[in-house]
Amino acid sequence: MKHLLSTQDLSARNALRLLDVAEEMAAVGEREIKKLPALRGRTVVNLFFEDSTRTRISFEAAAKRLSADVINFAAKGSSVSKGESLKDTAQTLEAMSADAVVIRHPASGAPARLAASGWIDAAVVNAGDGTHEHPTQALLDAFTLRRHWAQLGGSPSAGSTLAGMKVLIVGDVLHSRVARSNVWLLTTLGAEVLLAGPPTLLPVGVASWPCTVYYNLDDALAQRPDAVMMLRLQAERMNAAFFPSTREYSRRWGFDDGRLALLDTMGLDDTVIMHPGPMNRGLEISSAAADSPRSTVLAQVRNGVSVRMATLYLLLSGDQHDEPDDDLQDLQPATTPEGRTP
Amino acid sequence: MTVPASESGIHKRVVLAEADIDRALTRIAHEILEANKGSRDLVLLGIPRRGFPLARRLAQKIAAVDESVDPDLITGQLDVTMYRDDLRRNPTRSPLATQLPPSGIDDKVVVLVDDVLYSGRTIRAALDALADLGRPRIVRLAVLVDRGHRELPIRADHVGKNLPTSSRERVRVHLAEIDLIGGSAVNEVVIEDRL
Amino acid sequence: MTTNTSESTHYPEYLIRGASILGGAKQDLLVRGGIIAAVGPAAAEDASEGAVTLEADGLVALPGMVDLHTHLREPGREDAETVETGSRAAALGGFTAVHAMANSSPVADTAGVVEQVYRLGLASGWVEVRPVGAVTVGLGGERLAELGAMAESRASVRVFSDDGICVSDPVLMRRALEYVKAFDGVIAQHAQEPRLTEGAQMNEGEVSAVLGLTGWPAVAEESIIARDVLLAQHVGSRLHVCHVSTAGSVEIIRWAKARGIDVTAEVTPHHLLLTDELVRSYDPVYKVNPPLRTSDDVHALRAALADGTIDVVGTDHAPHPSEHKECEWAQAAMGMTGLETALSVVQHTMVETGLLDWEGFARVTSTTPARIGRLEHQGRPLAAGEPANLILVDPAARWTVDPSTMATKGRNSPFRGLELPGSVRATFYGGHPTVLDGRLATPRPAAPIAEGAQAWNT
Repeated sequence: MKHLLSTQDLSARNALRLLDVAEEMAAVGEREIKKLPALRGRTVVNLFFEDSTRTRISFEAAAKRLSADVINFAAKGSSVSKGESLKDTAQTLEAMSADAVVIRHPASGAPARLAASGWIDAAVVNAGDGTHEHPTQALLDAFTLRRHWAQLGGSPSAGSTLAGMKVLIVGDVLHSRVARSNVWLLTTLGAEVLLAGPPTLLPVGVASWPCTVYYNLDDALAQRPDAVMMLRLQAERMNAAFFPSTREYSRRWGFDDGRLALLDTMGLDDTVIMHPGPMNRGLEISSAAADSPRSTVLAQVRNGVSVRMATLYLLLSGDQHDEPDDDLQDLQPATTPEGRTP
Repeated sequence: MTVPASESGIHKRVVLAEADIDRALTRIAHEILEANKGSRDLVLLGIPRRGFPLARRLAQKIAAVDESVDPDLITGQLDVTMYRDDLRRNPTRSPLATQLPPSGIDDKVVVLVDDVLYSGRTIRAALDALADLGRPRIVRLAVLVDRGHRELPIRADHVGKNLPTSSRERVRVHLAEIDLIGGSAVNEVVIEDRL
Repeated sequence: MTTNTSESTHYPEYLIRGASILGGAKQDLLVRGGIIAAVGPAAAEDASEGAVTLEADGLVALPGMVDLHTHLREPGREDAETVETGSRAAALGGFTAVHAMANSSPVADTAGVVEQVYRLGLASGWVEVRPVGAVTVGLGGERLAELGAMAESRASVRVFSDDGICVSDPVLMRRALEYVKAFDGVIAQHAQEPRLTEGAQMNEGEVSAVLGLTGWPAVAEESIIARDVLLAQHVGSRLHVCHVSTAGSVEIIRWAKARGIDVTAEVTPHHLLLTDELVRSYDPVYKVNPPLRTSDDVHALRAALADGTIDVVGTDHAPHPSEHKECEWAQAAMGMTGLETALSVVQHTMVETGLLDWEGFARVTSTTPARIGRLEHQGRPLAAGEPANLILVDPAARWTVDPSTMATKGRNSPFRGLELPGSVRATFYGGHPTVLDGRLATPRPAAPIAEGAQAWNT
């Protein structure tokens, strides 16, 4: 893995490896000294063309726990075309010897462009691009789901998949990079994904996705999902004729108190409620649902740092070749100091 | 004990058979108890992957001598991946779990256990990893094989066997807990040399 | 192909030996005084002592290509292209006439601007440059531009288009269709319903759903075409549909033609070959308007061009400075270069697939576009007495597209790195060789060198 641009091109093997490494990183987060020397001397640039304090500090904490130097580069303003171009910015970072660029950008595909352009040699991590993908968010969601699923199954989460799990994603799928990244990653990990939302907020072409689509949230809940992921409703959609009013949206597609009670009635005691944050309480999710014991919102935030540590570690520590199988590795010279041949 | 060249064109020589390994571990277990004047505060931390089963075997041998010892409560695993000085030279390595015994390591006598001592760099990494986890009273080192060629000022307190090797050769330790060769679990130490 | 130099510099004469005319039998052609002086055995007999002989064995002789859809960017964006560089590219690509679209700066919406472009074309001398007039003032879509003045100017504009922007107001479109009947003009519509394509980045479908790029639905093109053919029928006017890109549009045009509506349609080379799958790279070299569609659309367009539902190939050659493509997809400009690859792409997609023979190739690239643009001296048969606008093509050649070596200023070729068939060995524009041995020769002198040429230059 040279870059992390999307979950669609992430193999099951690499996805599991990321999650397994994240488990080890999570253990470090519970120590008194939460720091590892692995990326000492490496430089990670947080290049944010869009404000997102949450994501930026999560990446910053991850890089610092691995002892990397962190440079925060906030490109202000909504339009990138004003002032410096992406190319010029990239070349500036290259001149500063950035080893990894964590990029958040309002344009879909900007990280892929950066990675393929040849403007910069650094590893590129997509921290959310337009309405395309947000792979580390999906990884932390998968990490959270896997821990929950493994706990229910009474097995350790490391090495396990989401096979047999049913995850319902609800809301504005059309404009959601979180939904896209989750659809690909969760299905790669073996989960069954259900989508529910107003037809206006589901993309044309969704029929080719590996999931079942519901226009009615209660029909989808009747499928007895093991997790319900509520998507944030962006303010700018509210006045663009995607739905008649926020009240109607909330009634039909919001996770309200009635639906929270319905989970109990249906005996879905182990179903969790997820939200990538920040939440519009009272709109797509009620306060009672957000604060209920079913809510994984805070665990998601916590797991974000572990997943991002794993991402940065795996992209920056090696010599860009995938780790061979363990036995093969033992047969190769020059893999460990103890077995090294000159 | 010389085995003819294998089909892969590598010359293999078994230097320690199963019984030799067992004898060496028994001796090391006694040495550890002797150096520590008993089993008090003893913690054995194996370095993955083969240091951990060796640490378990040593703990069992110690428990056989001192009935007050529960081998599970004095053994742990110390992963040093993130502390290595060669991370950027090799393919990306996934870190493995670090598991400390419930007593922790503060003020304990920690014996690091590894299969082969060579350049000393793994032990250097282990000492750094240990410092981030706590503050042992004493740290000692036990290895099954010391093959020489040290690159750092590090030496083992307990050595199963000193093996003079050329740096071209590879020392491979096979332990039944991990290694299956031809479908059966094997305990042996082999020196390989390309022909 | 070898050249024998002649001592006659004032009235060079060219004897083309053994060219396969429209892919048919091998014949000799004599080019003299701006016209094809003789064809067949008479050519060699009539040739004077000093005639330059071109050995054309293995080459196909075709009428010079006529592009109804070229962006030459001058005046205003000379950093992207000029009439000079664009018409050099055209000559190398096998064109003898191009229509320069009106979206320059200032917009070609007055007699003054179209005459300026026309004069620049004459001065360059590589191809015939025919300005397209804007339909509405400043492409604003609100008031009709002075269509009559442009028609009566020295540029004698016949094709009017707001290309780049759709004439979406139905009343304005109706009036434009009606008005240009007065001087036998045609409205070339860029069919794109604006509200349905706000912020559109690529074809709306399975790929856009995955990439998270705002979709440009096929219906936004088809609904405008449906409206326009009905308007054209109602007012009895001539309509030309630019760059048709969807299978649904083909169906509507087929239906309209069956009803006798006077509509012609155009397809670009890139829509005959490329699909929206390429957008997965997010490389803006594939960003174009209308967008690349699906494989089903590509095949429908090829079939339509073969059966005559689509009448012509138009390049929509749209050069952009590199900074407009070296950026994020959403910020990038729409458009691709096409003049120097059009022949090869059409040969690859239509001729080598057996959908068109060379006669059909000449129909869609020369004869019909010349008729739609009312260019009397272009797209003519290769016969004695006709204007000598013709090209010699080596259909067996294979070449790899390298935008850095092109004559256009634009480096935004979506065919970069592709191996394509067919190469233009020679281009004769008004009897003058602008391309020889596959390389630029000399422009046709601005002052007419022969009476035959002067007649149609004015």
